[in-house]
Parts: sequence; structure tokens; C-alpha cells
Amino acid sequence: MSHNQSAAQGAVKAFHPRVQEAINNPQIRANFRKAMDGLMDKRLAAFPQDDELQQLRDLAAAIRLRALSKLPELLERLEANLTANGVKVHWAENGDQACQIILDICQQKNAKSVIKGKSMVSEEMELNHYLEKHNIEALESDLGEYIVQLAEETPSHIIMPAIHKNTDQISDLMHDKTGTKRSRDVEYLTAEARQQLRERFEKADIGVSGVNFAVAETGTLCLVENEGNGRLTTTVPPVHIAVTGIEKVVENLEDVTPLLSLLTRSATGQHITTYFNMISSPRKEGELDGPEEVHLVLVDSGRSNIYQDDELLDTLRCIRCGACMNHCPVYTRIGGHAYGYTYPGPIGKILMPHLAGLDDAKDLPSASSLCGACGEVCPVRIPIPKLLVRLREEAVAGDSQHNDSGVKGRGSKRSTSESLIWKSWAGMHKSGGLYRAGTGAATVFRALMPNKIGAWTKCRTAPKLAASTLHQQVKARGKNGGES
Amino acid sequence: MSARDAILNRLRNRRDGELTAPVSDFSVVEAKQWSVSDRVDLFQQKIESVHAEVHRVSQTDWLDKLKALVQAKGLNNLLVPQKAQVGVDIRQQWSDDLPELLSYGQPIEGWKAELFSGVDGAVTDVRSAIAETGSLVLWPDNDQPRLMSLVPPVHFAIVDADQLKNTFHEVIRSEGWVNQGMPTNALLISGPSKTADIEQTLAYGVHGPKELIVLIRQ
Repeated sequence: MSHNQSAAQGAVKAFHPRVQEAINNPQIRANFRKAMDGLMDKRLAAFPQDDELQQLRDLAAAIRLRALSKLPELLERLEANLTANGVKVHWAENGDQACQIILDICQQKNAKSVIKGKSMVSEEMELNHYLEKHNIEALESDLGEYIVQLAEETPSHIIMPAIHKNTDQISDLMHDKTGTKRSRDVEYLTAEARQQLRERFEKADIGVSGVNFAVAETGTLCLVENEGNGRLTTTVPPVHIAVTGIEKVVENLEDVTPLLSLLTRSATGQHITTYFNMISSPRKEGELDGPEEVHLVLVDSGRSNIYQDDELLDTLRCIRCGACMNHCPVYTRIGGHAYGYTYPGPIGKILMPHLAGLDDAKDLPSASSLCGACGEVCPVRIPIPKLLVRLREEAVAGDSQHNDSGVKGRGSKRSTSESLIWKSWAGMHKSGGLYRAGTGAATVFRALMPNKIGAWTKCRTAPKLAASTLHQQVKARGKNGGES
Repeated sequence: MSARDAILNRLRNRRDGELTAPVSDFSVVEAKQWSVSDRVDLFQQKIESVHAEVHRVSQTDWLDKLKALVQAKGLNNLLVPQKAQVGVDIRQQWSDDLPELLSYGQPIEGWKAELFSGVDGAVTDVRSAIAETGSLVLWPDNDQPRLMSLVPPVHFAIVDADQLKNTFHEVIRSEGWVNQGMPTNALLISGPSKTADIEQTLAYGVHGPKELIVLIRQ
């Protein structure tokens, strides 16, 4: 999907060793455990009335489904309204095209420095690397993103990018990279970062941001944030480029109100974020600040493919709150980086196989215990566990299942021997005679069962078959008088 | 084919056929109503919970409170609107022993460095405010531009109690945002700028104001 796909593929090949490494790292385990426990408590406290939460979830799911049901019309309406407001709209089939569009704007403006508000889509398309390759500096201004960029890492959480680091690690990093004092005083570290970034905001040629909701009805781009870096990014530089996936559109302005309420409460337990920033046009005549030019780049990158299928479509409802990862027992233990993809956790497991292809991301749908917590907390009721099972089926699909599902890399995990085993298994269970003969033979030869069965026995003992089958035992019991 | 047409084509020729839109029942949002006095209490409780400082004042003594706060906080100057009534009132009743009053009198390009490092505080009015979430609603304009409530480290917002609405939904509906057309920028502000990006420890003033001070005029 992107020019750096080879790097991502490298990461996937190392999925299991990465997971092992993360599990064995007490620092990662402690940082994530502490953070996720806190976030779960905060979310719970933000929804004191369960009936309100459930009604809000119904409404939010309906709003997102309504938007998706009219997606092509709404995208055209969004484009028409934004264009009428003076915003230039661009369309990109994939991350590479989106990067190219942004680079073209930068080059037209002779821009040397870009300042960025938080945008997961820009992470997805690896915009920073792309711009840097073309000698344009891209600086992250969200504090967490700034820290991650200083460390030359990627975000480990979609809302809290630097959640994998503790204060000491951040203090050391800022000391090494920016010359601040080593300190555990978070206020000091934050104030230093403010000063460093303010100078950059003043000088930046272009601001790049993401979008939380794009309102078709009014041609309005909405950004949710706490820091104010999003407002600075979209107000101070002479040019603002917003970049978003095509699924982020909503129909009406009033639709954003329940979505905003659920987003902030589900994500961090805040009743609202500090800023909700609604941008509808560039600077108008007589106005004294704001960018002279505003652009919106709409990125597909596989989303229109997900859109084709009634079941998979639900993936596109996501409003990126991150509650699924906060509540995921797997994410909490391995952290965001072990997944090896832009979007970690449950939403990553159902989204990345489409963006990168199941051949690339085949391990993701299986990296789940299917406990169901993600589906229970999802503010727009995405049935994540059901979609995980569907993608597991897609990964091993032969010719019969979901014949033309169109999922990229479908069937890439299918093995001839495994499918043969399951075929025999199915055949045996369909015939009473075969079943009894098979289980009978298995009990006779049970001593031959191997003690080591691949990954299963790495941390478990091998199962042992009983000396007689259930059928034999029940029969024997019946002969002895039939007491139960 | 352009990327635009290709994407729209794929969306229009959906393999599983046309989708139908479910009904959106907004009653859970619309049900949130409070009495006028409860609205003030709720607004104050919510915005204080996110570290804003709230003072209840009257239509006659609010300026005295503002002057006292500006002095107590040791501000050297204050950016004040030129046309909005709050700005006019402040300018009329200010005195020379108080911190200097500044105006956003030119495009940002002409005084960016000064605004970024030389302005200690700013005063704005609000369009309305929201009780449910403790939010200020601002539509920045020529007189009170976007950066006024963002760049100076202290932001004073002057709110009249009768500007308080129940919910954001009510604000959009009752003020007819859609029909009158959206401004360049509309904003909800709920507290001072904050971050919890370092080990979930809250810190204020990371990019925007470190302090948000709300005067509710009753």
C-alpha cells in the first residue's frame, strides 16, 4: 500500500519473535499495564449511566452507518461545499498518491518546513519519511508524537503515541536530543517542549493535520484535541493541508455531537477535550489570521475495497477512539509496536489486513483470544470479534467460502496439509461408523501420541487421550445398571 | 480515470448492493435539559473539573474583578477586542496604573513574533456556552481573531449566564448554524491547553493557554 511496504513486511515476518520480546520486557509490560488500567477506569467513570451509554452507542452506530450508506454522495457533497467555501479538495487512491499531492503543494509554495498536528492517516502513508526524502522537514507537534519522533519510533497507541515510555525514558530522550535537563518534573519537560515547538510554529511554511469528522452538509473539517497544537497547526502557517480517509465523512453537522461525546469519553474518559476545532474555509478578506490556503486530501488506500462487503463494511464505522486497545488483554501485554503496523490492537487487527493485505498481515486476526472486550466497549458497536473470525476464515479460505470477498491476500495462510486434516476431521464426524472406528483406534494407539505438539506444548503439557472413548464408557455404564 | 472517479465508481458499484440508512434517534441527546440556574452550576462544575478558574460576577462589578485578576497574576499587558462590547467597556474604564492594553490591529504576519512572545493575556467574549460539557463557544472574527484565544498564556473569557445552553446539539440547532453558514473557524474551548502524553501525568499550557479564567456575569 505504500512505498515503505517492504519495511512493514519485514516487521510482519518477525511477528512472533516481536511478541515474545515484548512479553519478556518488564518495562513494556509495566508501562502498558499501568496506562491501560488507568484508561479503563476513566472510561467507566465517564459513563455513569449505562442506559445513556447504550442509547448513545445505538445513535452513533446509526449515524456512521447512515454516512456509509450514502458515502459516494456525501463525499461529493463534502467536496462541493468545501470547494464553495474556498477549500481545495484532492483525491488519492493510496498513500503514495497522497504523499505526492502534499509534496506538490509544498514544492509550489517553496516550503522547507512542515509542522504536523496528529494524524494517523499520515502515519499510515509514512508522510514524514516521504517529505524528508525530498528535503522538506516534517515536525510533529503533538507532544506524544514529538517524543516518538525524537526517539525515531512510531506511535504505540493511536491516541497516546508515547504511552510505551515512562517519564525517566522521556527525560533521558529529551536530554539527549534537545539538551533539556534530566528531570522527572513533567511540567518542566512540557514547558521545554512548548518553547521548542513554539519557535517552529512561528517559522513553519505549511501545517498538516488529520480530520476527526468531515461534515458534508456544511463543508466543515472537525479536529478533536487537548493541546492546542492542532489549532496552531491549522491557524499559524500560511497553508493548511488536512488529510483523511474517505470514511471519515458524516452527513450533518448535528451528527458530530453524539460522536464527539462518545469519542472523548471512550478514549480517555474526558467529558470533552479542551478544543473542538471546526474549520470551514481559508482566511476570508479582512480576517487577520488563519491560512490563506486550505487543502483536503481524501485517501482511499483499500477503504473502498472494504466497502464492498456487507459484513466487512462495519470496519469503516470506526471513529478511532482507541477504547478497543485500552481494553484488549493482548494489546495490554504486548504493547503497540509488537503488532508491526500503523494501527495496533483490535481495530488494527481488522483494518490492517485490508490496507496491507492478508498475505502480509496474516498473523493479526489470530493474535486475539476472542474475549469480546473490544466489541463490548466500541462506541459505534463494531462487532470486532466477529470480524476477526471472518478474517481468520478469509486467511485460510479455499474456493468455496466467501468466493469473491475481494479481501487482498485471501487464502494466503491456507496450507494443504492443514486443510486435508480438517477435511478428514469433517468427514469422520459426519459418519458414525468412521467416527467410532477412528476414536477407537486413537485410544488403542494413545501411547503413540507425541509429547511435543508445536506451539501448543511450548507452555502447556500435551493432551492425553483417555484409555477408552466416551461411547465405550457410556455403554459400559449402561451395562452396569445405568446410574448417572 | 482520475483517482476521484475511480474511488467514486468503486463506491457506487458496491458488490453487495445498495445500503439503506438506519434511523438516527437523537432523543438521548435532546433529553438533556436543565433549569437556568442548574445550567450555571453544571457549567461551572464541568469547566472547573478541567482546571479552568471560574468567578461569578455581576454586570456591574465584573470589570473590577478583571482588573484585580490581571494585577494578581502579574500580567504586563492584555490583548483586548476593539469592537466587541467587552473590549469597549474595558477600554473605557481602564486606568494608566493597570497593565497596558493591546489591540490585534493588523494581520498576524505583521506581529507574529510579538504575539508569540510578548503578549501575557487576552480577553474575549463568547458566542454561547454549553452546560453539559463546560464549554465556551467562539466564532473568531476580525475583531477577535483565532489566535487571540490560543497564543497568549492566559485567556479571560467573559460569559453571560443567559448565554448558557444545555448541549452542543442545542447550540447548533437553536442558533441555526447550518442555515446561516459556518464561519471560517468555530471553536469549543473547555479548559486550558493540556496534555497527558508523558506517562499520563496532566500538564497544562503545552501549546495554548496555561490558564483559562471564566467570568460568569449574572
